[in-house]
Amino acid sequence: MLRRATALLARPVSSLRARPFSTDVAETPAGNPAFYEAWKKVVPHIEPPKTPLSFMKPRPPTPASIPTKLTVNFVLPYASELSAKEVDMVIIPASTGQMGVLPGHVATIAELKPGILSVHEGNDVTKYFVSSGFAFIHANSFADIIAVEAVPIDRIDANLVQKGLAEFTQKLNSASTDLEKAEAQIGVDLHSALNGALTG
Amino acid sequence: MAMAALRREGRRFTPLISPNPIAAVRSSIMPAEEQVPLGVRSISTQIVRNRMKSVKSIQKITKAMKMVAASKLRAIQSKAENSRGLWQPFTALLGDTPSVEVKKDALHKLTAGPDKETKYVILGEKAKAQLIRDSKKDIVLNITELQKNPLNYSQVSVIADDILKNVEFDALRVVFNKFQSVVAYLPTVSTVLSPEVVEKECEAGGKLGDLDSYEVEGGETKSEILQNLAEFQFSCVMFNAVLENACSEQGARMSAMDSSSRNAGEMLDRLTLSYNRTRQASITTELIEIISGASALEG
Repeated sequence: MLRRATALLARPVSSLRARPFSTDVAETPAGNPAFYEAWKKVVPHIEPPKTPLSFMKPRPPTPASIPTKLTVNFVLPYASELSAKEVDMVIIPASTGQMGVLPGHVATIAELKPGILSVHEGNDVTKYFVSSGFAFIHANSFADIIAVEAVPIDRIDANLVQKGLAEFTQKLNSASTDLEKAEAQIGVDLHSALNGALTG
Repeated sequence: MAMAALRREGRRFTPLISPNPIAAVRSSIMPAEEQVPLGVRSISTQIVRNRMKSVKSIQKITKAMKMVAASKLRAIQSKAENSRGLWQPFTALLGDTPSVEVKKDALHKLTAGPDKETKYVILGEKAKAQLIRDSKKDIVLNITELQKNPLNYSQVSVIADDILKNVEFDALRVVFNKFQSVVAYLPTVSTVLSPEVVEKECEAGGKLGDLDSYEVEGGETKSEILQNLAEFQFSCVMFNAVLENACSEQGARMSAMDSSSRNAGEMLDRLTLSYNRTRQASITTELIEIISGASALEG
């Protein structure tokens, strides 16, 4: 029975700890070392909470030469319309006017106004009507477009747009308080942008 | 006829006459409530049957709750997964700064900062019950019954607007459970900085140093754009957080209800076994009594 005892004793002790226990704390993930250190000081026995960065795919650094394609993320609250899609060009309805974005565009933060967002991919052009939002263009030829609402332009009913425009114009004329006026103005702006998108 | 009348009389007098020796012996072994009145020979199965009934109805309820949670989870899960793209651009642009040094901190649902001014805005009852005990004075806002209607962006942005109006902050930290699977959720903190802090950090360099290189289109000044951006970021982060949290909640409810209906099933099995055994024992006793009575007459 004790024949194997010597072999067991001779076995290096370190091998016993070779496999970590499942309760062992994993190494702190990269990203926010300062935060993890501060957390460890306050509550050493609980793992620090995750941060958004740890759920994100890392973005590549700015390449030396301009890439041929633009990588676009186009997100809505209820869907990711385009996710890391490589396209040739996008035209963004910035509040200062339509803005064409090609690969290698200078880094920009742009506020959007109601208008047409078109995505050019070879000969294919996809047009969306976006209500409002933000667009970030990064130096590494990544473009992020966040909109509150967006629909493909072929799904908009022209008759309803005309009706809505008339309705809000009438409301704007009859508005008495500032709040009503502002609401009607937003309606008119949106509908005239829709109208322009459909006719133009 | 006469025997039956006598037995009835005897039962009526049970409390008066001294307990018969058999009942006395039995009461020393069995709990008091199982004591049977004189003249009733069978062992009572009433209590077990009642418990079986109640366990069965509890099981029905938990099963139904599980079904409800599962169907709600399915709806929210797809929503939460679709909304995951929403915060990513902001993190790409503004970075992830959980360790930023600020004085006025407005947090959702949790704390990790000593000796700083921390205020809480609580969504839901769960965190309220936890926080109200030791930091009641720091709770500025408490919003409940969020999930009465299906969650959507405009609803969440109204709440975000409410919070921005009522809370003065340098950094907002949104603490929520990120849904991973039905039984696993990751506690997560996302940070939203106020425009002033963004500008300060931007000038100081470091993580937000890159922001200076971005051109700003639209709006009169950069601070105006940053203000809009911070508000929009907060509503987007909130929207995702609320969905993820709701999803985790439904997942937790579903798994809890699943395990409790399984427990009820096990309990029901045990009770059925003891019920059957008791019944069998009483039948056997009756048989023995009849047979021994008959054999006594014969002999």
